[in-house]
Amino acid sequence: MRTETVLKDLASVIRSKNAGPYEITFDIILDDDASFQRVQSSNRLTTDTICQLFNVEVQDIVELVFFKQARAVKITMKRTVPSGSPGERDTYGAQQHVPLLNLSIP
Amino acid sequence: MSPQGMLGYGYPMESLENGLQEQPHAISVDAGSTDGGPHRLGKGVGGVSRYATKKDLKPLVLAAKRLNIPLFIGSCGGSGANCRVDWMMDILTELAEEEDLQLSVALIYADINQQWLLQKWEDDCVKPCGSAPPLTKEAITQSTALVGQMGVEPYLTVFNEKVDIIISGRTYDPVMTAALPLFYGMDPGLSWHMGKILECGAIAAEPGTAKDGMMGIIRDDHFLVRPLNPNRACTVQSVSAHTLYEKTHPYHLPGPGGMLDLAQCTFTQYDERTVRVDGSRFIPSSSYEIKIEGVRPVGYRTVLVAGVRDPIFIEQIDHVMEKVKMEVADYFPELKAKQASLHSLHYGQNGVMGEREITFGHPHELGIVIEVIAKTQELADSICAFVRSLLMHYDYEGRISTAGNLALPFSPPELSGGQVFTFSVYHTVQVESPLELFPIKKRTIGGRR
Repeated sequence: MRTETVLKDLASVIRSKNAGPYEITFDIILDDDASFQRVQSSNRLTTDTICQLFNVEVQDIVELVFFKQARAVKITMKRTVPSGSPGERDTYGAQQHVPLLNLSIP
Repeated sequence: MSPQGMLGYGYPMESLENGLQEQPHAISVDAGSTDGGPHRLGKGVGGVSRYATKKDLKPLVLAAKRLNIPLFIGSCGGSGANCRVDWMMDILTELAEEEDLQLSVALIYADINQQWLLQKWEDDCVKPCGSAPPLTKEAITQSTALVGQMGVEPYLTVFNEKVDIIISGRTYDPVMTAALPLFYGMDPGLSWHMGKILECGAIAAEPGTAKDGMMGIIRDDHFLVRPLNPNRACTVQSVSAHTLYEKTHPYHLPGPGGMLDLAQCTFTQYDERTVRVDGSRFIPSSSYEIKIEGVRPVGYRTVLVAGVRDPIFIEQIDHVMEKVKMEVADYFPELKAKQASLHSLHYGQNGVMGEREITFGHPHELGIVIEVIAKTQELADSICAFVRSLLMHYDYEGRISTAGNLALPFSPPELSGGQVFTFSVYHTVQVESPLELFPIKKRTIGGRR
């Protein structure tokens, strides 16, 4: 039986960035087709797990899409405040990806 | 050829020369973005200096003139507001005079009239873009700067007459690269997709950077992308990954006039440093929509930066900060009346992620940033100074360091940050003509050559 691993050991890119001032998007790009298959069929990257990982509600998730050609998963969610507004923590949204790193994948 | 991801970021001269040897048909460069936040549009400032803009611009202007090819600069000066197009024109004029060059320049403006937007809103022609909230009358009337994101049509209009340079206000990023292929009747899907990849310079290469450039070669049924610098390479992964960059959806990319659909797109390694892209499709929309970006002022900011090293204080930071915020609000009625706001960031604890932080525990030292926003700079300064004195001497439980709680790196400790803005409009408006919002002016500047 295959041992569990974590997402960061299967991915060459895990990043976050604004997609416009009202959304933040997370890109996960897997190392190879096998890793992409493994992550997709694991059912660990779902709306529910994203909600738990990021402490957000289902209605805050805008997109969760697997894109085979790029061996990529894209997750887009609503920002808590529009980019650069009072109370902002991360104007570019570039450092919000961390909860994804250690997501366990069977 | 796209020499860099953002005008003013710098690029290696060798890369530019490499690119020029391939005899490109145009040089395109992006000069703005909303990514840096609302203050650029609000204050009429850029994300890069005039110095860097001029330094980067000069070799591009000289090269374009030497090769007799056009130079396209979009979203001038950070926000693409009219004042920033004029700012770019001022730099170009200075360059033309210094280099004794004669340049014909088309300026395309993108400021949006508030009354026009209000009318469109009343006519129910406005929709939120992505996750923006529904637009309100107040959001429109309180906006102090509004720009529309132009599509390719103003560029195509300019192409009917020869100009050396186009400088445009807020422009959909791929336009500067897609415009010429579209003018010559190349496939729209391929043209737009190539524009999307090239607008960030060499970010789509490995190693990736916006401080270097990329060449795009478009043919009837595919296009090729290759970095200008031989030390970088485009790989299937670097290019396909870039397609996702800063977009809501991985393969549906809406823009002015239609949507780029990459669901059937394929990426193949053409040679060691070049990637071939096939199958990008453009689906024209039934109505033409322009994205409007607007900002409104929300007050003035003052910031305090402080360090804490005492472990007894660090353990109680959340409790102490809560008490401090209550005491400050008791002193300043503006806070309770929501005319001012007070935020604190605790670096070392959850400064970056806030409520989404997943790692808990007490760090050995803590960085505190206090942000106050109030209707005047003086009030923001006053509140922030009050927070500082309170935090400095707050008598928390078990305190043995009774001389002061904060290590303050700066004197004066508070930094006045000036006027603060927030995005107020990020909506699409249905228009009758793709040209109606974007006036074009032509000017000839400079000397004899």
